[in-house]
Amino acid sequence: MTDPILKIENVSKRFTRWPGMAERLVGKITGGGKPVTVHALSDVTLHVSQGEVLGIVGESGCGKSTLGRVVAGIYAPSDGSVTLKGDPIVREHGNRIDKLTTQVQMIHQDPFASLNPRMKVGETLAEGPRYHRIIPSGKVREGMRELLEKVGLEGAYADRLPHQFSGGQRQRVAIARALAMKPEVLVLDEAVASLDVSIQAQVLNLFMDLRRDLGLTALFISHDLSVVRHVCDRVAIMYLGRLVELAPADELYADPKHPYTAALFASVPTVGTGKRKFEAIKGEIPSPINPPPGCAFHPRCPLAGPRCRVEAPRLTGAGPARTVACHLNDGGVDTKAETAA
Amino acid sequence: MPDTLTPDSEVIATPSAPPAETRAMRLRNFWFDYRQSWVAMVALTVIGVLLVGSFGAPYLVPQDPYDLANLDWMDAFLPPGSVGSGEYTHLLGTDNAGRDMLSAILYGLRTSFMIGISAGVLALAVGITVGLTAAYFGGRIEALLMRIVDLQLSMPAILLALVMVAMLGQGVPQIVFALVVAQYAYFARTTHGAASVERRKDYIEAARSTPLPTWRIMFRHLLPNVLPPLIVVATVQVASAISLEATLSFLGVGLPLTEPSLGSLISNGFKYIHAGRYWLSIYPGVFLMITVVAINLVGDQVRTVIDPRNSR
Repeated sequence: MTDPILKIENVSKRFTRWPGMAERLVGKITGGGKPVTVHALSDVTLHVSQGEVLGIVGESGCGKSTLGRVVAGIYAPSDGSVTLKGDPIVREHGNRIDKLTTQVQMIHQDPFASLNPRMKVGETLAEGPRYHRIIPSGKVREGMRELLEKVGLEGAYADRLPHQFSGGQRQRVAIARALAMKPEVLVLDEAVASLDVSIQAQVLNLFMDLRRDLGLTALFISHDLSVVRHVCDRVAIMYLGRLVELAPADELYADPKHPYTAALFASVPTVGTGKRKFEAIKGEIPSPINPPPGCAFHPRCPLAGPRCRVEAPRLTGAGPARTVACHLNDGGVDTKAETAA
Repeated sequence: MPDTLTPDSEVIATPSAPPAETRAMRLRNFWFDYRQSWVAMVALTVIGVLLVGSFGAPYLVPQDPYDLANLDWMDAFLPPGSVGSGEYTHLLGTDNAGRDMLSAILYGLRTSFMIGISAGVLALAVGITVGLTAAYFGGRIEALLMRIVDLQLSMPAILLALVMVAMLGQGVPQIVFALVVAQYAYFARTTHGAASVERRKDYIEAARSTPLPTWRIMFRHLLPNVLPPLIVVATVQVASAISLEATLSFLGVGLPLTEPSLGSLISNGFKYIHAGRYWLSIYPGVFLMITVVAINLVGDQVRTVIDPRNSR
């Protein structure tokens, strides 16, 4: 494998809500009023190599969108680092976050919210490249037309406002906006989830074409397992802010190692395979404010043993290119942990 | 790209966009909706006539009330409709110095409009900056700025304006400054409310992850999306600036009578109202009332038209 272009090293992200003055006063009497911290990401390490599409999958609230935003430079990691070709993506000044690179661009889930409703599409596309002088200023208009055509829209659409487009067309515009910055890495945060299935297929095909033509590296965040299988080279499964399994897509789908991954696959309704029932994963997702001790998945895991309640599993190798964080792969669930020196 | 139906065509299932809606079309739609209320149309006409009348006053009225050489003591206290030494009819009578009331009112209205509009525009600019800054940065900056605004909104604007004028002294720039101080808080509050909602939307996040500089996101992305409610507030605040200024002048801390605004005219005539010379005070008062009511009616209709719940 070539040297990774994007390195996510031991990244954690915590969100803390500080109580207001009134809450602090009440807290003095009732004993509440303490800051509340949510562990959105805990110690996530991922390396993405040039040209690779890495899928990130998990239920709502598992931290996959937070991971996308950390990579896209919208949040700064609380611990750890995200580097592109060795350079950090953001720099923090107190509360302020400066994004240092234009090489990572993001595509949001909802194309109805991600385009400025009062800005012409051409202007939306041109703003970033013009400001960062990515295209020579004389060629901006021309460049935007080419870009619109590249994503399957007419160049003349540049003078229209977002509300004159359908959802699929808007998502193409959002893709064009990201591409206009000539990025090395794209972060797609549920980029097709809000589109009709037929439009999803079109946008996905567009993405695959662009990936082939431009050699894009991408983080493909989704909860849709069939889409991920179609698009991604490797897949990372996340649960409650932690990475639980990482494997090449084919291997993962053929043989999920983590019970959570297996449960995710079992919960997908399928057509035509004779399988009529699908099982939802039992129980609720635990609160990330108060994660369960040991393995975060143990309250819902059908295979959990006593060890899972006490000791958090670490990511261990489970094949040439895959890792999994489960005691099943790490000496069994029954034995109490023998604390190694 | 032509609409060819190749199997892989990206265009097939994408419905073609409606014809491009130009700015002119949106303006035409706005105008169509605005016209639906005849009251608002009358109000708009009244404002138009008053604007033309006041700013065109030097060419329209027989007398320049600023020029003491034009005034004749013999013409003092002529009732409406009488003919004075200038051999023209004083439609609204004359005041204690022999000024033609209609001329004085139109000149005064001009001063009132200038003060009201410039105070409104400046307060809008200051309020937008404060409100956007608070909403965009959040945290301590937001808490500090918005508490100051809240503090100000809890005090009557007239009190604040009185204190400011007492400190700064008389004159047009001082009054405008006092009005801006008294009124920016309304704009700041409205801007902050709308911008707090908008700033959480994805297009702001997209602009931040591009990345674009902060001022650009604030003024090119956030501002255009919070502008509609501000236009309404601005209209109403111009009317309120005009009446605030009139109040200050009436109380004797505004503009001197040598530079008459409607307020100073009312104040001047007030002394004679019990002597039966009602026209000195009543007519400027009527003009002030008509102006303020007309501006408010226009503002109301604009609010109704741009309210998305009323859109067709």
